[in-house]
Amino acid sequence: MSKIFKGTIAALSAATILAGGASAQSLSGDLRIVSDMSNPAPRAVMEGLAADFGAMHPDLNVELEIVDREAWKTQIRNALTANAPDVVNWYAATRMTPYVDAGLFMDISDLWEDPAMADLASTKGAMTLNGAQWGVPYTYYQWGVYYRKDIFEELGLSEPATWDEEIANCQVIVDSGRACYTIGSKYLWTAGGWFDYINSRTNGYDFHIQLANGEVEWTDDRVRETFANWRTLIDMGAFIEDHQAYSWQEALPFMVDGEAASYLMGNFAVAAMRDGGLTDEQLDFYQFPQINPDVAPAEDAPTDTFHIPSGAQNVEAAKAFLLYVTSPDVQSAINGGDALGQLPVNAAAAVSDDKFIQEGFEMLSNNASGGIMQFFDRDFPAEMASVGMEGLQEFMVFPDNLDDILERLEDTRQRVYQ
Amino acid sequence: MATATTQNRSWYRRNEIAVTPWLFLLPGILFFAFYVIIPIFQSVWISFHEWDGLGEKTWVGTANYERLLGGDRKFETSFWNNLKWLVLYLLAIPMGLSISLFLNQTVRGIRLYKSLFFFPFVISQVVVGLVFSWFYLPNDGLFDVITGLVGIDIKGGVLGNPNTATYGIIAAGLWPQTAYCMILYLTGLNAVDPEQVEAARLDGAKGHKMLWYVIIPQLKPATFIAFVVTIIGALRSFDFIAVMTNGGPFGSTRVLSFYMFEESLSEFGFRMGYGAAIAVVLFFIMLIFIAYFLWSMYQDEKGVR
Repeated sequence: MSKIFKGTIAALSAATILAGGASAQSLSGDLRIVSDMSNPAPRAVMEGLAADFGAMHPDLNVELEIVDREAWKTQIRNALTANAPDVVNWYAATRMTPYVDAGLFMDISDLWEDPAMADLASTKGAMTLNGAQWGVPYTYYQWGVYYRKDIFEELGLSEPATWDEEIANCQVIVDSGRACYTIGSKYLWTAGGWFDYINSRTNGYDFHIQLANGEVEWTDDRVRETFANWRTLIDMGAFIEDHQAYSWQEALPFMVDGEAASYLMGNFAVAAMRDGGLTDEQLDFYQFPQINPDVAPAEDAPTDTFHIPSGAQNVEAAKAFLLYVTSPDVQSAINGGDALGQLPVNAAAAVSDDKFIQEGFEMLSNNASGGIMQFFDRDFPAEMASVGMEGLQEFMVFPDNLDDILERLEDTRQRVYQ
Repeated sequence: MATATTQNRSWYRRNEIAVTPWLFLLPGILFFAFYVIIPIFQSVWISFHEWDGLGEKTWVGTANYERLLGGDRKFETSFWNNLKWLVLYLLAIPMGLSISLFLNQTVRGIRLYKSLFFFPFVISQVVVGLVFSWFYLPNDGLFDVITGLVGIDIKGGVLGNPNTATYGIIAAGLWPQTAYCMILYLTGLNAVDPEQVEAARLDGAKGHKMLWYVIIPQLKPATFIAFVVTIIGALRSFDFIAVMTNGGPFGSTRVLSFYMFEESLSEFGFRMGYGAAIAVVLFFIMLIFIAYFLWSMYQDEKGVR
């Protein structure tokens, strides 16, 4: 698989050299890349990118170091401060703030003025902080409800479009002795996805972002309305029991074994579900249903990114690499079904013909007029996100504690956004 | 003539006896100062600042301490959990003692049994934590199956229920700690004076009286060490929590060391100042025990002289 992929990349990069012209030839020295793409498929992609970029620039010595994805979330601080590499991976939106504020990411607004970047316009907002751009995206993926089509057919259900239909469906599923949704909230963030969706569908994208920016109180009635909607599901037994004891992977078997009918997740879960033995005939996807008809649907579509640290030695080569990664051909190749299996950030790139990627692309292009959320832990500042997700988990287990939870979150809000 | 030779000898020669021990100690002192003493003062210094670990520090005086001690519920939970750990972890000492008494006999294959009992201490705490978290899994876990047989259903599983999670982790921690105490007592039992046991037996001591008045007093050094390592182990109970619950559910299993890590170094932790304040408070709690140990060691040394 990776052989075919490498072949494609090689062919593409040959084309890029021809198109890229003379400027590409002048790069020399070392280009040090630290990447967090440590899972098997992303790792192959990253290694392919580094090798091909090196082949394009014979005078350039590309050094690639791949760090465990989870470990990188804490290691990045050291990596950026001491002997910084030239290119690093990170995440879009508020998640960049600590590094931007500390002056550790380089302002690459000039790169965004390159005509080639015009096709990335849709992602520019997520890369912008304080009026400047601090990195480039390389992939993103949709969130939504992945469900067992065979169970839906057995119970005579169809994909719900509204909240009432969702609840009616769920009641049928619960009555059949299953849970509507599986979820593993041990590591908290999965509950953040539910909050993103219910809040943005209830109060709209703008309200959700105001909340993320600390402009609205957590004890606001509109927030309570979100939790009331969520509680409807909790009270009817929609979620699997004991979810606080499972990771998101440990919650997968409930769906594979048919004890739960669906999973609100990112598209990366599809690979795990297929590995678990579910076929494409059994699996399908629908957009999170509408709750308040007056608000346009907003979608979670987290974007993964490349950045240049301020301490980079070979800025010229780093910028060339960023342009290379975002170019249409490379974007088509690395996001293909046999590589990352996600959505390309370049509008001119081809979208894989995988049915879930196609559906996600269709949804994000035509039916996400409300806006694109990056995800709870990327839109909210670090401390608010960690206290918030803990509160969300507690709410899912003990919904009666809501008042106490909201007061705690409000206390945190007043401190964090000073 | 004697004075002349003394003057001819170099300074080092003259002070050899006094200086040499310090020369040997110097590398150790340097490392200890560099990696232990100086960081302690640095932590105290950082705790008076607000700092994200990346940018500039801002002096905030005692604000971190005011927030910490003025009703931070996470801190209170962590503190009480630390106390639970301290008290319950000490169970490792009597448990270790009873296992060592049980194993202190000469039967065929006893070395094998001893190594098997010692095994949990050898494997990594992370592995022990993982094994126990599977053991506690709701529905499929062995523990849940057993409690299910006697009709007890713990909602959310042991680790998913805020009322039981901390005890579940402590129980996991007790397993290797008991093994450690056992090995300390086993070596201690080797040093028990057989003549005293013989004499006590002639005087009619047996069973509990023999244990309480003859054996245990002779095991005092082992008990002391077991006490020290258990207290320190309880205060450092970080690995188990990180592996088994990650502080959850909803922060109910945090202890001070984990809270400190979470605030300053974890994925969402950018509050070095606040984390340092927690570290300082934890340091003072530990200092109470350290002072007690030093004092009692000093008393022992005096007794020997």
